[in-house]
Parts: sequence; structure tokens; C-alpha cells
Amino acid sequence: MELKTKISAEDGKQELVITREFDLPLELLFKAYAEPEIVEQWMGTKVLKLENKKHGGYQFETTDTKGNVVFQANGVIHEFVPNRKITRTFEMENTAFTVQLEFLEFEQLTNDTSKLNMHIVYKSVALRDQMLQIGFAPGLNMAHNRLQTILSKLK
Amino acid sequence: MEIRRDVFQAIADPTRRAILSLIALQAMTPGAIADSFDSSRQTISKHIQILTECQLLKQVQSGREIYYHFNPNKMKEIAEWLMPFAKIWDDRFNKLESIMNKYKTKK
Repeated sequence: MELKTKISAEDGKQELVITREFDLPLELLFKAYAEPEIVEQWMGTKVLKLENKKHGGYQFETTDTKGNVVFQANGVIHEFVPNRKITRTFEMENTAFTVQLEFLEFEQLTNDTSKLNMHIVYKSVALRDQMLQIGFAPGLNMAHNRLQTILSKLK
Repeated sequence: MEIRRDVFQAIADPTRRAILSLIALQAMTPGAIADSFDSSRQTISKHIQILTECQLLKQVQSGREIYYHFNPNKMKEIAEWLMPFAKIWDDRFNKLESIMNKYKTKK
């Protein structure tokens, strides 16, 4: 199975690189990251806050049909250069995963194609490997929250 | 004839990924797994069956109860171990691409 998304994760390193080429002009690719309504559509989460500027912050939240919160994430934006790059932190709340640092670089290939390079740095090699193996992001978070709900009911 | 289950199909479903993530934290009985979701027991049971057929889950009998365990070895066997992670991002980016392509034609 050939995927358009490439993951590079060297052994023993606490970082990984995700690259992907899009059949989209650079401006449209960047827009998908900058406009909250569009982020909501492809990330499948509600965007509570998205301040696209240095020192800005963002907050994502997903609820199930009953209104229970199943996924929460937040971060701070360090650099925001339209059509070029976003540097930010990303943290999934209520999980064993600690905050990670993300460098997103957007590049024009042709008038109709573009490329995203996402460099993620984790706190440790172990955390990176764990994320790669069972880090089904929202799934894991949901499971964890469910577990907490179940455990709190038992108390 | 039962279609042979493939591992990528197994992890493509968000509920099955959630089940895997849950069991990766601790072994669970089918009832405890079903209680963690809003879906019917029957639906969850079908998901568990698929995951077990792919050997991502192992059944272990303990007294009267059956416990499901996560099988990390199978996970690593998957063509390359980065595949599931890459697949999730790939799906997400495919969605981004199709949304923005529609966006383009609307303009």
C-alpha cells in the first residue's frame, strides 16, 4: 500500500518528520491550517480558539453525541508566517503524553501542488515510540477519558 | 465465504482504534469493553472479532471470564511499524485535500 504521506523516524531519536505533497496550491494548503472552520472539517474536532500569531494559542475539543468531551488538545503558537511556516506546541489533555514541539513548513512545488513538512520533537525517545505504536491520537484520548469516567463511577 | 481480514482494514476504523488503545492500557473482558462505548454490545463484539481475527487482540481465559489482551508483536509485524501512524495522517491529509479542492471550485 503506497501512501502519499511519508513518516521518517530514526531509531533512538526523540523526533519524527511527516511529509506530504498535496494537489493544492500553496495558499489553499496554508488556508486549511489557518481558518478555524476548515481545520474543524479535516481534523474532525471543534476549534474553540485559534489565534494565528506569535504568542497566540489554540484549543481543540471533540465531544461525542451525548456531549461528553472525548478529546481535548491545546498549544501555543511561536511563529506564524503565512504560506511559509507555523511553529507551535501541541498537547493532548488528560493523557500520559507530554507536550510536543511542532515545526510546520509549507512549500510551493508548482502552481497547483505544494508540500508540507512537519517536524515533531517529543520529550523522550520512549514517548515518541509510544506515540508511533499506540498513539492513535483521538482514539487513545477517548479511551483514556472513558477509562477515567468508568473509574470515577466506581469511586 | 468469510473475507480474509486485513490488518489495515482493522485499524482503519476509529472505534476499533479506540478499542485497541483501551486494551493496550489493560486487558479487559468483552463486557467491560462494550461498557466503554455508546454503541451496542453487538457492534462492539463484531469489532472485537475483527481485531482478534487479525491477531491484534489475544483471548485469554481466566476462570469463567475471557480477557482480551493487546498483541504488540502483531502491531510491529504490520509491514512496517510506522504504517498505522502514517495511515492516520494520510487519511487526515486526504480529507484536507478534498475539502480544499471543493473550496477551490466554489470560488
